[in-house]
Amino acid sequence: MAMISLRNVSKWYGPTFQVLKDCSVEVKKGEVVVVCGPSGSGKSTLIKTINALETIQGGEIVVDGIAVSAPKTNLPKLRARVGMVFQHFELFPHLRILENLCLGQEKVLGRSHEAAMVKAEALLDRVGLKAHAQKYPGQLSGGQQQRVAIARALVMDPICMLFDEPTSALDPEMITEVLDVMVELAREGMTMMVVTHEMGFARKVAHRVVFMDAGEIVEDAAKEDFFARPRSERARSFLSKILSH
Amino acid sequence: MFSDFDFGVIWRALPYLFKEGMTFTLTLTAVATVGGVMLGTVIALLRLSSLPVLPKLAAGYVNVMRALPLVLVIFLFYFLMPYVGQWALRTSQPIQVGALSSTIITFTLFEAAYFAEIMRAGIQSIPHGQVAAGYAIGLTYRQVMSYVVLPQAFRNMLPVIFTQTIVLFQDTSLVYVLSITDFLGAASKVAQRDGRLTEMYLFAAAVYFLISFTASMLVKRLQARISIVR
Repeated sequence: MAMISLRNVSKWYGPTFQVLKDCSVEVKKGEVVVVCGPSGSGKSTLIKTINALETIQGGEIVVDGIAVSAPKTNLPKLRARVGMVFQHFELFPHLRILENLCLGQEKVLGRSHEAAMVKAEALLDRVGLKAHAQKYPGQLSGGQQQRVAIARALVMDPICMLFDEPTSALDPEMITEVLDVMVELAREGMTMMVVTHEMGFARKVAHRVVFMDAGEIVEDAAKEDFFARPRSERARSFLSKILSH
Repeated sequence: MFSDFDFGVIWRALPYLFKEGMTFTLTLTAVATVGGVMLGTVIALLRLSSLPVLPKLAAGYVNVMRALPLVLVIFLFYFLMPYVGQWALRTSQPIQVGALSSTIITFTLFEAAYFAEIMRAGIQSIPHGQVAAGYAIGLTYRQVMSYVVLPQAFRNMLPVIFTQTIVLFQDTSLVYVLSITDFLGAASKVAQRDGRLTEMYLFAAAVYFLISFTASMLVKRLQARISIVR
């Protein structure tokens, strides 16, 4: 059964500009799907519709059997089960690292402070940042902050994870430490949808690659097929551009 | 020139000036600041909300208050409050509102308009990504505001809030129009009783200057220390 399913999703900015055109895609449980495409193609918008950070005007999104845009859906409850990692980390700068990791657990899941701390420390240890528990986000490097952001999503025990260009704002030498955490996560069987240009990551762990251009899903293919035999001219030209160096 | 002055007047009046006068001035400043920031935050949230009508009402309140001189508002509220109270509590007679409670309410309501604008700027200075991140971990609108946006907005705006408080501290002297004994009122009373106007007003000016200037120096220091590292 599909964990995430988008059917004919459409979105407009204003009356005329259509950012998403009839997008349909499915992510099965345990699957890793990479979304790529030129900038402005609607990848980030698409992934944000899944936890309703972006509204849609047409189509349907179902996450774990729950219709996201149905009026009676409890959005906070749904979002708590869908982890999300942002391009610019978005850690809460006024809270310590541990407090960043405890906020959602205590306020949303209702865990006790002690239980939240145990969980937070475990996840922090997992991303290799236990030593920084008492620091503020501003005292960490970009790569460290993004690892904390991944931990902040994981402490909620999500059923799937969404990554919105998680390495685009990082200096090159910090990309690897974030990708390592993501690869490990993928290998453990986490359901993931990842907007990224890191084709190395896609090659290593993705099951499928979705290629978007101008608000449309142009290709949705198994990883091997996408890299070996891209069907569309647009995907071929995109791949040649980002793989040429 | 100073040979005719009697600075002993000040010395003898000190207990009265500070125990009565300054205590009231500082109390009014503190209450109006705390009340004004709380009410102002609510007004700012309403103004930024997507609710029907309320944003317009909040904006109207802020604009009206900021367009009126404080002295006028102090008078107006003093005369109107008994009737507003009568209407609100459905009593047969206009209710009794002392000059003291009237000033405290007036200053809080008046300052709220200014603090609302400060808090609005503070809230709008928080990047949208912070709000999105709050929602993404499952927080509700109310929780995003209380745990993510407002603490940061308040912290960013703290120097501006304190600067407004210093202005408020000076403005409290306007309560003289209701014959309330604040610091300046007390100085003025002693001055007229003893016929020592120049000495007392010079002394009052020195005290206001010393407190306001020291406070604004502290705010400057705070500003340097408080900025959040991103």
